[in-house]
Amino acid sequence: MAETKAPAARPLSPHLQIYRPMLTMMMSIAHRITGFGLYFGTLLLAWWLIAAGSGPSAYAKIEWFAGSIIGRLILFGYTWALIHHMLGGIRHLIWDAGRGFGPNEREWLAAANLIGSITLTIVLWIVGLLAMGGPR
Amino acid sequence: MSEIKHIRTPLARVRGRGAARSGTEHFWHQRLTAVANIPLTIAAVFILISLLGRNQAAVAQILGSPLVAIIMLLFIVSITAHMRLGMAVIIEDYVHDESSKLTLLMANTFFTITVGLACVYGILKLSFGL
Repeated sequence: MAETKAPAARPLSPHLQIYRPMLTMMMSIAHRITGFGLYFGTLLLAWWLIAAGSGPSAYAKIEWFAGSIIGRLILFGYTWALIHHMLGGIRHLIWDAGRGFGPNEREWLAAANLIGSITLTIVLWIVGLLAMGGPR
Repeated sequence: MSEIKHIRTPLARVRGRGAARSGTEHFWHQRLTAVANIPLTIAAVFILISLLGRNQAAVAQILGSPLVAIIMLLFIVSITAHMRLGMAVIIEDYVHDESSKLTLLMANTFFTITVGLACVYGILKLSFGL
């Protein structure tokens, strides 16, 4: 086969850097990034479930990790990613039903996605820390 | 025999997928698992919060009880199926080299099935006390 020529330098369609950042765009990117993070976060879920069935010493290890500063940060981020991705998914399902495309609606939905995920994450963590017998 | 107007088999015409080989399964399964994920995630989060601060024996007993175990199993099957589809889209969007793309798509399937089965194993072990 003949050698392939280098592709001609054609003009490219504009990409991200040419657009002014908008909330709907940011929430679209956030939806993908949170999904990407949640993907690898399932390793923690597997660790927790297997540790629970492996006995007190195995469970003590994941409790230690979850209680450490790094562990807490990861779990807080994971909670937010989970809630944000779920609310973002509901937004997509609304769009799938053919609703919520209006200029005001889509801005409102994007804002609700962000405000809702932050609020719910904080509420869940307050409930969780109270369930553990107060902050420690 | 009537004259041949096209060379596609009757089955291929009924399926109506042309050269794409597959239809809307990806989109549909993404939405199907997305809808299932909503109640299952809410339930799993409530289960997790109710287990915080308990010792291993209590956690093992609650997670292994039938209702909780079944909810967690459904949750794991649905989320791992959903994330396999989602990661496939990310790979197809950003990886253009054919061999890298195929390798990553395979790795995606291996990872999601492995982590899913590891979670299922964990729950079944709690349920059956092996």
